[in-house]
Amino acid sequence: MSLRDGPFQDLKVPLTWAAAMAVIVAGVAALGLLLSDRRETYKDEAYGAGRVVVDRVVAPAADVLSTPADWARALGDGIGDYFFAVSENRRLKLENARLRQWRDAAIALEDINSRYRALLGVKIDPPIPMVTARIVLDARGPFANTRLANAGEEMGVRVGQPVMSDAGLVGRVVGTGQGISRILLLTDVASHMPVLVDRTNARAILSGDGGPNPTLDYLRGVEPVRNGDRILSSGDGGVLPRGLPVGTAVKGLDGQWRVRLSSDSVPIDLVRILLFKDFTDLAAQKALQASKMPPLTDVPAPVASSSVLPPALTAKPAAAPVVAPVAPKPSATKPVMAKPAPALVKPIAPPPALAKPVAQPSAAAEEPAR
Amino acid sequence: MTFQTSRQTAARSMDPWNWLAVPTLTCLVLTLLFALPIRVFGLVPPEPVFLMVPAFVWAVIRPSILPPFILMVSGLLLDVLWGASLGLWGFSLLFGYAGVLASRSFASGQGQSMNWVWYAITCLIVELTAYLVTLIDVQAAPSLVGAFWQWAVTAALYPFAHQLIERFEDADVRFK
Repeated sequence: MSLRDGPFQDLKVPLTWAAAMAVIVAGVAALGLLLSDRRETYKDEAYGAGRVVVDRVVAPAADVLSTPADWARALGDGIGDYFFAVSENRRLKLENARLRQWRDAAIALEDINSRYRALLGVKIDPPIPMVTARIVLDARGPFANTRLANAGEEMGVRVGQPVMSDAGLVGRVVGTGQGISRILLLTDVASHMPVLVDRTNARAILSGDGGPNPTLDYLRGVEPVRNGDRILSSGDGGVLPRGLPVGTAVKGLDGQWRVRLSSDSVPIDLVRILLFKDFTDLAAQKALQASKMPPLTDVPAPVASSSVLPPALTAKPAAAPVVAPVAPKPSATKPVMAKPAPALVKPIAPPPALAKPVAQPSAAAEEPAR
Repeated sequence: MTFQTSRQTAARSMDPWNWLAVPTLTCLVLTLLFALPIRVFGLVPPEPVFLMVPAFVWAVIRPSILPPFILMVSGLLLDVLWGASLGLWGFSLLFGYAGVLASRSFASGQGQSMNWVWYAITCLIVELTAYLVTLIDVQAAPSLVGAFWQWAVTAALYPFAHQLIERFEDADVRFK
């Protein structure tokens, strides 16, 4: 028995009102979803199983659909390479000559850096493994700037890991599944990334707004940034490794400092996902927790010296100021990086100032015992 | 009796597959195609909201219970495809649909140019809703220039909406 034949056959609901009710019900459901969704968080579960399922269905289809476009682009590139081979060769020769200078500079810097590291006993970051992925989907509207890459959790990709193109930082992973990962671009309105100005070491937060040039927020200090300053990731908060190239600073038409992204200079079809882990994740937490503190009830044995601290510790305050001028990165390395190759030779020669501090601590260490 | 027969014929031609499913699927496929990472001479294709066309057309042709739910579900797919907040496009499209539904009694029956203006205003309402929802959701203002471009390319899709209206407007004479 159909509804028309039943007791409701004479019941008539105005269709406009019924449609209005349907709009309200659907609207409330959409609003509920909106309130419960947090797509920009660093939590794995925030991405949701529904998104992963749709991504896994869409990614292979998009991969197949974009293949003819890839072929067309390769064909165009091939034709361009053929016709512009001579000019390209000239350009590459010039670039090669410049790069040779930079190679010499890099070797010299590597040498001096290794010596500084040996002197200071600095622990450097371990090398970061990475995986290469192809972009299969690209959302570039004002309200969402994300990309879908065809490498996922089976390759070790996790939420929060940074993503780079050939030219610079692109964004970070916000969702992963089997064979897919969703990348939130630096230009997305929900993206906030800690960065630093290379010249002044000033910190800022790079905030996307859906446009091509994200803004530099929370800049502090007097003239912390100038036009053309290089912007790098700061590594603050352990989200990203320090020093990844982001772009260059430019003053926007609205008077705000913005960043022209390095990654914009080339098409982002292939990306590298850095399998980066924060040092707090790398440290052997169990071993750190296992080391027991001496019980508080124990009375320390009487010491002949006037100080209760061991000699190594008492020597530290005297030695610290001597070593300090050598340690900061900007004073030692910055001028070297900014200048062309010939100027690099200057700081490489072991400065006499370095010899002094190393010799001094023995005398300084004895002072508290007197 | 004759009236009854013509009414039944009219109602029969409003097949849900034709006027609801086909436009929705077409819009989703077009959205997917435009989201492919393709550059033509270094330029990326625009990102119009294709679903705006059926959202406008369905409300103009006749009020119905199904379109709001279809808009919500396809809006969700759009959110997942573009990586936006879940519910953003569903809510915004429903806002536009409700606007057209409310104004159809005095705006329908106009010429093509007036309908285009009506459609552009609806697109503006949808875009503004998405803008405000994003502003509140992520507590950051999206680019106005980007929102303007998306509105402009979406408003330029009116000829497709006009074709659909022409095709289905006379299908159900009760809502003429």
